[in-house]
Amino acid sequence: MNTTRRQVIKTTGVLGTLVSLGIITQAQALAADERPGFSTKSFADAVNALGGSPTNSADIILDTPDIAENGAVVPVGAESKIPGTTDMWFLIEKNPYPLAAGFSFPAGTSTDVKTRVKMGQTTNVTVVVKADGKLYANSKETKVTLGGCGG
Amino acid sequence: MGKPMRIRAKADNGVTTVRALMAHVMEGGQRKDSSGKVIPAHHITDITASHNGKVVLSAQWGSAVSQNPFLAFSFKGGAAGDKVALTWKDNKGDSRTDEVTIA
Repeated sequence: MNTTRRQVIKTTGVLGTLVSLGIITQAQALAADERPGFSTKSFADAVNALGGSPTNSADIILDTPDIAENGAVVPVGAESKIPGTTDMWFLIEKNPYPLAAGFSFPAGTSTDVKTRVKMGQTTNVTVVVKADGKLYANSKETKVTLGGCGG
Repeated sequence: MGKPMRIRAKADNGVTTVRALMAHVMEGGQRKDSSGKVIPAHHITDITASHNGKVVLSAQWGSAVSQNPFLAFSFKGGAAGDKVALTWKDNKGDSRTDEVTIA
């Protein structure tokens, strides 16, 4: 019980300092704990936030277009054939915030989801999967002819 | 409270497929308005889907999910007449829950 209390104080301390220094805003500090990776601005940082270096795996089947005419609506989907898959994340490498979406699958749910994302420019779509505590990844390039991140 | 979601849930051979369209602006916080000011981010952050009260999918979304988001997934179990509920929460504290009956 004491450890938890220590950790709480420690975390508040560190984040509090960062807030007072103006490095991160309060909203980001609050979000940091619950949503790892979503506030990171580089692909490498986002992958690190998910838990380090994933192994490449062809058992993750990507359903992403080769060419997307409109970057604002790019249909992406993926299916993990790795047994014990519990989580799946979609990362768009060159987006301002690379981590687009994360899904958690309770037992009994197919490890196969589809959604639509925005892409700023031609880049790799990487799907990171967590199975039995280990990370796997697969990626594929989608060419974007019209960006979807405004500007 | 946003506009209602459009959800379809279909049971086939013991597997229920759910497809949903949510109405949301999903503003990424990157765009600028005509006076050059950045439009603040406003997007869905969390999604939970449940079948008869049991969670079948949870998701965390960033700002890169498209406007009026689409989501498709499937789970084992579920029969015609069962309820599937979908809840979203956004970064401004708004949320919405919609429920459909499996066809």
